[in-house]
Amino acid sequence: MSGPAFLAWRYLLHHRIKTAILVISIALIVFLPIGLRVLVDQSARELTARADLTPLVVGARGSALELVLASLYFEPEPPEPISQREFERVRRTGLVEAVPLHLGFETRGRPIVGTTLDYFALRGLRVATGRAMAVLGECVVGARAAREFGVAPGDTLVSSPQTVFQLAGVYPLKMKVVGVLAPNHSADDGAVFVDVKTAWVIGGLGHGHRDLAEPGADADVAAREGSRITAKASVVEYNEITPENLASFHFHGDVGDLPLSAVLAFPPDERARALLLGRYQAPDEAVQVVRSTAVMDELLETVLTVESYAVAAIGVVGAATLATAALVFLLSIRLRRREIETLHKIGASRPRVAAVLLSEVVAVAVLGVGLAGLLTLGVSRFGEAAIRRFLLS
Amino acid sequence: MAAATRLRDVVFRYPGGDFELRIPELRVDRGEQVAVIGPSGSGKTTLLHLVAGIALPEAGVVETADVDLSRSGDAARRSFRARRLGLVFQEFELLEYLSVLDNILLPYRMNPVLRLDAAARERAQVLAAGVGLRDKLARTPARLSHGERQRAALCRALVTEPELLLADEPTGNLDPANKERALDALFAYCERAGATLLTVTHDYELLPRFGRVIDFKTLGEGSA
Repeated sequence: MSGPAFLAWRYLLHHRIKTAILVISIALIVFLPIGLRVLVDQSARELTARADLTPLVVGARGSALELVLASLYFEPEPPEPISQREFERVRRTGLVEAVPLHLGFETRGRPIVGTTLDYFALRGLRVATGRAMAVLGECVVGARAAREFGVAPGDTLVSSPQTVFQLAGVYPLKMKVVGVLAPNHSADDGAVFVDVKTAWVIGGLGHGHRDLAEPGADADVAAREGSRITAKASVVEYNEITPENLASFHFHGDVGDLPLSAVLAFPPDERARALLLGRYQAPDEAVQVVRSTAVMDELLETVLTVESYAVAAIGVVGAATLATAALVFLLSIRLRRREIETLHKIGASRPRVAAVLLSEVVAVAVLGVGLAGLLTLGVSRFGEAAIRRFLLS
Repeated sequence: MAAATRLRDVVFRYPGGDFELRIPELRVDRGEQVAVIGPSGSGKTTLLHLVAGIALPEAGVVETADVDLSRSGDAARRSFRARRLGLVFQEFELLEYLSVLDNILLPYRMNPVLRLDAAARERAQVLAAGVGLRDKLARTPARLSHGERQRAALCRALVTEPELLLADEPTGNLDPANKERALDALFAYCERAGATLLTVTHDYELLPRFGRVIDFKTLGEGSA
C-alpha cells in the first residue's frame, strides 16, 4: 500500500465512527433512489404478474381498484356484493371460464375465500397434503397460513365471529382442514379456501339444525301448518358440519340471490375478452367487468408518480447530506492543519499530502458506494420475496 | 572544518507581517552541537526554518550541507529535508492515528525519495528500543506519556540517519528526567553518526551540555 493510501486508511480506521457515519450517509444517498427503483420495478412485476393471471374481474359497480385488489389479494374489506345469479350469467355466456369469489370472513386474521375447485385449477394451485374440499364445512389451507396456524389435514379451524354482540349475526363455524396447498408465493399462500356454500353458511345464509319433522322435536316447534313448520328461537343451529348433520344444512330462499364478492373470468382469447367486456357496457348495467392489468397499470402510474416525488426529495436530502459531508471534510482539514504542516516540514510534497486527503475521500466514497451496491444487491435478491411476504399476501 | 550550515546577509520577513529577521553571518560546523537561545519572538524558530529550507530568505544566502537552499526549488528543498535533515518539534507533532512504529517510519511513507525497506524497519525498532519504547510500538500517541511521545518523535527524526538535526525546544514540555533522557538520545546519535545538532531552547540549565551557544540578542538585528 502506498504511503498516502496507508495514512488515509489508518486515519479512517482511527476515526471509525466519523467514517462509518460518512460511509452510511453516502451509501443511503446512492442506495435510496436505486433501491426504491428496484423495489418499484419488483412490485410492478409482482402486481402485474397476478393481474396477468386474472384477466377479468366481474363485480359491483364502484371502485375498480378496490374490486381488483380485493379479488386478487383478498383484502379484509370486501367489495359491494353481487348475486350468485351474476356468476351464472357470466358462465352462461360460454365465453370464459368463471370462478365465484366470496370474501369478507376470516379465521385467526387470515381471509376465508369461498370459491370452487376451478379456482385451484385456473390459478395452478396444487394440494401438497390431503385433498381438495369436497363437502360443506371442509377447508383447504394456504401454505403460509397452515405454517402459521400449525394445522394439517384432520385439524379444525374456526371462523372468526363477525358480530359478537348481535344475536342474529354471524356465528363461528368449525371447519375441517382436509388439505394444505403447496406454496405458490402469492396471496393464496395466506388464505383459507372453502366452498362458496360453506362461506354462505359462515355468513348465516345457510344453516343446519335438528329435523323439526322428527317426533320429539315439538319443544322447538312454534307452529305446524300442514307441511310448514315454524321453529322457535330456541332451536339450536349446528356450528360444525359433520357427516351426521350434513343433510340438515339448507339455504332458505333463492340461491341465485345469495351474495358473491366477485367473479373471476378467464377468457381463452382476446376475442372472448372483448365480447364479454362489450356485454357489460350498458349505462344501466349494475355490474362492471374490469381488466385487472389496466387497473394495476393505473395504480402503478400513481406509484411511479409518488416514486418520482420521493426520488426528488431524496435528491434534495442527498445534496444537503453531500454538502454536509464536504463541510465535515473541509473542517477536518482545518483541524488537521498542524498535521499537514508537519508532513510538509519533514519533506512531504504538496501533491503527496493532497493524495492522503484525496485517498480518504475516495475510500469513503468507494465504501459508501460499495455498501449501497450491497444493499441494492440485497433488495434485488430478497425484494421480491419481501414484497410477496409483506405486501401481496 | 566544513560548515554544516552557513547563513550570510540573510533578511527574512513573513508575508503581510512586520516581523523582520536579519542575520549578517551565522555558521555551524559539521559535528557541532549548538544551542540557540533568545527571547520569545526573536526568530529562533524562523532560523531553524531557514536552515531547513522550510522558509526562504528575502535576501542573502542559506547553505546547508553544501546545498544553497535559498536558490533551490521547492521539490529540491523537500527532497533535501527528507534525506539529510532530522526535525524535532516542541509539541512532538506525532500523528494521532498512527502507531508509534508508523510514526517513526512516517518520513519513509511520505517521501518517495526514501525507501521503506527491512533495514529502515529494523532501524526504527532499534531506535525505539534504545529509548525504551520497544513494548509500545503498536500504541498510538494518545496512550503514551509526554516523555514517551517526545522519544517517539526523536526516533522519527533519527530514523533516516540525518547529518543535521534541527530541534525546536525539544525538551520544552518534558519533566527533568525526560529532558535528560531526550538530550542523551540526541547527543548519543550525533556522537555516533558525526551529525550536527542545532537546538533552539529556553532551558538555560541545559546549555552546559552544548559545545556552543548562539544568543539571538547578540547575533543580529532580529526585531518584532
